[in-house]
Amino acid sequence: MLHDRDRIFTNLYGIHDWGLEGARARGDWDNTAALIAKGRDWIVEELKQSGLRGRGGAGFPTGLKWSFMPKASPDGRPSYLVVNADESEPGTCKDRDILRHDPHKLVEGCLIAGVGMGAHVGYIYIRGEFHAEYKNLQAAIDQAYEAGLLGKNACGSGFDFDLYVSRGAGAYICGEETALIESLEGKKGMPRMKPPFPAAVGLYGCPTTVNNVESIAVVPTILRRGAGWFAGLGRPKNTGTKIFCISGHVNRPCNVEEELGIPLKELIERYAGGVRGGWDNLLAIIPGGSSVPLLPKATCDTVLMDFDSLREVRSGLGTAAVIVMDRSTDVIAAIARLSKFYKVESCGQCTPCREGTGWMWRVMERMVQGRAEVEEIAVLEQVTRQVEGHTICALGDAAAWPIQGLIRHFRPLMEERIAAYKAARTARPLPIAAE
Amino acid sequence: MTDRSSPASAYDGGPESFAFTEANRKYAEKQIAKYPEGKQASAVKGLLDLAMRQMEAETGARWLPRAAMDHVAGILGMAPIRVYEVASFYTMFKTRPVGRHHLQVCTTTPCWLRGSDAVLHACRLAAGNVPDGTVSADGLFSVEEVECLGACVNAPVLWVGDHFYEDLDGPAAQRLIEALKRGEHPRHGPQTGRQNAAPAGGPTTLTEVPPPVPYRPEAATPEPAAGE
Repeated sequence: MLHDRDRIFTNLYGIHDWGLEGARARGDWDNTAALIAKGRDWIVEELKQSGLRGRGGAGFPTGLKWSFMPKASPDGRPSYLVVNADESEPGTCKDRDILRHDPHKLVEGCLIAGVGMGAHVGYIYIRGEFHAEYKNLQAAIDQAYEAGLLGKNACGSGFDFDLYVSRGAGAYICGEETALIESLEGKKGMPRMKPPFPAAVGLYGCPTTVNNVESIAVVPTILRRGAGWFAGLGRPKNTGTKIFCISGHVNRPCNVEEELGIPLKELIERYAGGVRGGWDNLLAIIPGGSSVPLLPKATCDTVLMDFDSLREVRSGLGTAAVIVMDRSTDVIAAIARLSKFYKVESCGQCTPCREGTGWMWRVMERMVQGRAEVEEIAVLEQVTRQVEGHTICALGDAAAWPIQGLIRHFRPLMEERIAAYKAARTARPLPIAAE
Repeated sequence: MTDRSSPASAYDGGPESFAFTEANRKYAEKQIAKYPEGKQASAVKGLLDLAMRQMEAETGARWLPRAAMDHVAGILGMAPIRVYEVASFYTMFKTRPVGRHHLQVCTTTPCWLRGSDAVLHACRLAAGNVPDGTVSADGLFSVEEVECLGACVNAPVLWVGDHFYEDLDGPAAQRLIEALKRGEHPRHGPQTGRQNAAPAGGPTTLTEVPPPVPYRPEAATPEPAAGE
């Protein structure tokens, strides 16, 4: 169990002042110039040593990602840091608490990330629905400028860094990094083909790295306390702490920062007051945001919450958004609602996703009623495979996986539903001609 | 895309002309200045949002008429169609009139699991059960089912104006709507009195945070953690 002294986000619940003074009291902006003075290579190396993996879902090593940025710019193109604050994965609400309660951790992280990747300008792309969070973030940036922590000669380090906030306007797809870049350029948020990767051709055609809010916000603390400290938390290759969002059928839903690798059951029982009606009342859990396959109770009993453990059980850590469903849940309807989500949020660019998400949703709606043939379950499975991996971005995969998880673990229930529907229809007395 | 309340056909009603007020024009310039020279199109979402806010100030409803899109296109030097496609792509741009209070209910799975159906029902009732995409007879309410708002541990969530109302149930949503009807500004955030995203009953962590250790890199080894 993680001790409070090892928690990074010490104002997660917004009990204390989120402004500059409060942030300083929590250790932010402490001797930042000394961190910057250690230089770009040291920063990247420390991050690599810390084992920090991207907190936005994919889990790519952050230090390695930064090292892809060009060292020099022979053609004069600037480099950009872009922070993905377009948090909209169902179940996920961790970045929100960083943005509104600890914005200076993110702002300072941006400056250091700028040094680490040779970018003098950063954009934070925040989802438009987060208005209060935007206000706090913008105020934090204004405070930082006023105190000389940003702008020319930031923190007196000799490094120039400008940071801007750009608001989104309601589109889940803009959480995909290339769609986010398109959106930031003032276009529809439609993902780009990769390669070229953003580190070569990103925002305005310039080298760009897109990082999640949490990935950036933990950087100053990691550098101050040392890569060894961070690497000593969690499990090998799954190091450090993570904000978990526990929602759904638990007694006390909440966000909490814990070590990676904490058992799922312990996470829920210790922090969220347990499953409604007790652990035995558990039906299934989606462990990492809507895009990852659900886990049946038997798996939840023992699984650990980290990237590799969850991959072993054919799911994923994703954003560490734990959605709990108790036995009262119609799990087919729960997944069908996610299918609707992906249908609504598909940008419409790739045919398998645009047509596939709608098709899958319509079939899922019939599965909820049982108005289907048993063979159609196999057809649905097959169609998810046709969508998965056949689109520019991962939204197609994300739409396919929850359905695959449902079929994998709850196929008997789906068959039962179909049989019940048929039985109800045949049981109805045949109309008898008027006597 | 097809399920969004913005219909495929453009809405031709609304004012004949639209122009930013002096103050908003200045604010728009500040938005544009965030982006490099020649990349002013990046400000399009910010300016469309600003236009909707001006509409709200002028007419009481936060929506985006065609004239406003054309005005933004003119300022940014964009072809109007580029602005229209942005306006129709993003769900926050309402291209037809909405009520004074546009009630946006999250019904995605995490909210649904915690009873968003009851919240949606309360909202629909308040709007006189008019079809989605239209406004109640008194002009006060319109209802929209939206996708995940990113406040899932405080589900279910209702989003009105710039505020999230969290931890709702049917009766709480009803009370909230009544307050809006009376022209009040009900407290946003959790409606159960809990502290943001902390567990109900108070935080179980962050109760023994030691003061931070000053960062002095000259000290060769990382300092041992304080507290024990």
